[in-house]
Amino acid sequence: MLSPLMIGLYVFVLAVFVGFELITKVPPTLHTPLMSGANAISGITIVGALQCAAYVDNPVVSNYIGFFAVVLAMINVVGGFLVTDRMLKMFGRKG
Amino acid sequence: METLIHVAYLVASVLFILGLKRLANIRKSREGNALAAAAMALAMIAALIDIGTVDYTFILAGIVVGSLIGAVAALRVEMTAMPQMVAIFNGMGGGGSLLVGISHFWGNVGDGTGPMAGTLGSDVGITLVLSVIVGSVTLSGSLIAFAKLQEVITGRPVQFAGQKAFNGLVLVASLVIGAWLLYVGGGPGAGQSALIATAVLTLVLGVTLVLPIGGADMPVVISLLNSYSGVAASMTGFVLQNNLLIIAGAFVGAAGLILTQIMCKAMNRSLANVLFGGVGAEISGGGGEYTSVKEAGAEEAAMILESVSSVIVVPGYGLAVAQAQHVIREMAEILESNGCTVRYGIHPVAGRMPGHMNVLLAEANVPYDRLVEMDQINGDFKNTEAVMVVGANDVVNPGALHDDSSPIYGMPILMVHEAQTVFVLKRSLAAGFAGIKNELFEAPNTLMVYGDAKKTITKVVEELKAS
Repeated sequence: MLSPLMIGLYVFVLAVFVGFELITKVPPTLHTPLMSGANAISGITIVGALQCAAYVDNPVVSNYIGFFAVVLAMINVVGGFLVTDRMLKMFGRKG
Repeated sequence: METLIHVAYLVASVLFILGLKRLANIRKSREGNALAAAAMALAMIAALIDIGTVDYTFILAGIVVGSLIGAVAALRVEMTAMPQMVAIFNGMGGGGSLLVGISHFWGNVGDGTGPMAGTLGSDVGITLVLSVIVGSVTLSGSLIAFAKLQEVITGRPVQFAGQKAFNGLVLVASLVIGAWLLYVGGGPGAGQSALIATAVLTLVLGVTLVLPIGGADMPVVISLLNSYSGVAASMTGFVLQNNLLIIAGAFVGAAGLILTQIMCKAMNRSLANVLFGGVGAEISGGGGEYTSVKEAGAEEAAMILESVSSVIVVPGYGLAVAQAQHVIREMAEILESNGCTVRYGIHPVAGRMPGHMNVLLAEANVPYDRLVEMDQINGDFKNTEAVMVVGANDVVNPGALHDDSSPIYGMPILMVHEAQTVFVLKRSLAAGFAGIKNELFEAPNTLMVYGDAKKTITKVVEELKAS
């Protein structure tokens, strides 16, 4: 059996190639929204943050840290997607 | 149930791919962004179901606080300030990954004595240390990039003796502490202190890595930090053994890396040169005297523009500073109503982040099909009657083509000097970021129009309207 680390590495390397293929096709005009959109996606760490902030009875140190992780990741996610949408809306117009 | 959650993560991964794919098409890009946002929402719901019944106080409070801050910032930011906004969001993502790593350590290793590899397994341990290192560098590096772009601190490179050696030492030290944590460990509390020490060291590293990089090289830095924030998310994915985090992080890592490459190529510089070269450090006195410069006023410019049939506007960071994008569009509309074609020639590194000029011009309602990239428009300058350079300098310096002593020699430029008449709107003859003389300003077909770009173009518009 492969260790989880090795499976993860396979997934990581293949995903990097998929990412390269996808992003090379983005025209330079859209590079700023691409960046802010990709940026929002890096907020996926929210999935881990939510786990860290969860507790059953009393919060311990790791949960307090988790709370701040949720805050930071949510700023990244919500801010990133909203600002990208604002920009893309402007590009919708054609002369 | 577990299977269902993994299926949800898989669907979210696919939605991210479809979203990014649509981003490549201007008409579908908004939809693509919405798909990616939906993927994120789905991932969060799946994660919450996975967590099960817990006390949701921290989770909800964190979501509300973070969303509010993010939304207010995103809706209020000016388009000219987009680079620093992206930098700060980037830092938040990196910071999130850093805290997830630390929290995971506190929750699962805690006071446990002995090596972390024993408690968590070396696979998880290694990636945990890496998520802390990459997350810290992303967080503090992004904050410094923000401070530079916002001009809280100087945009010029800040260097000190032995900076590279210092950075190298800090990196090695943090790796050594990380390795100690993994395989040696210590008594109660020692592990936590070691992890915090690693985080602090790499936070310092983020600062000293970005400080020596100049303002005009920020497109590269932001792209690279963007890549790091993705790698940090991937690392937390390894820690939590969650493929969705690994995949989504890898996409961002790849995106940032591609943009980094494009930016470096557009400056004909290596990544190492951008990161460590300290270009733009010395403020030279304009890099030599100008002898035969011809000057024109707004009235003269208006007169010439009125009579031509093709105009290319070349915007640079100065356009953003002067906030001249709206009045330029107004000018273009008047010229177009006279039967003149107006296009915009955009250098890949114009502005402070990739695509910065496009966003500013789109904000001013310039149709995106008038925004032409360098390679497409460069052949057209020789058939163009008038070019208006607004706040760009090094990217239109013909010295880059033939002067092999020039620091920008070999950098691809916009061939504006081939046009019949070139107006250069500039405050003065001061040197650009590279600190060198611009041959274009002395060219026989160049007319310098001094002053604030917005005021100058407003005057041109008035003249055009009056006649």
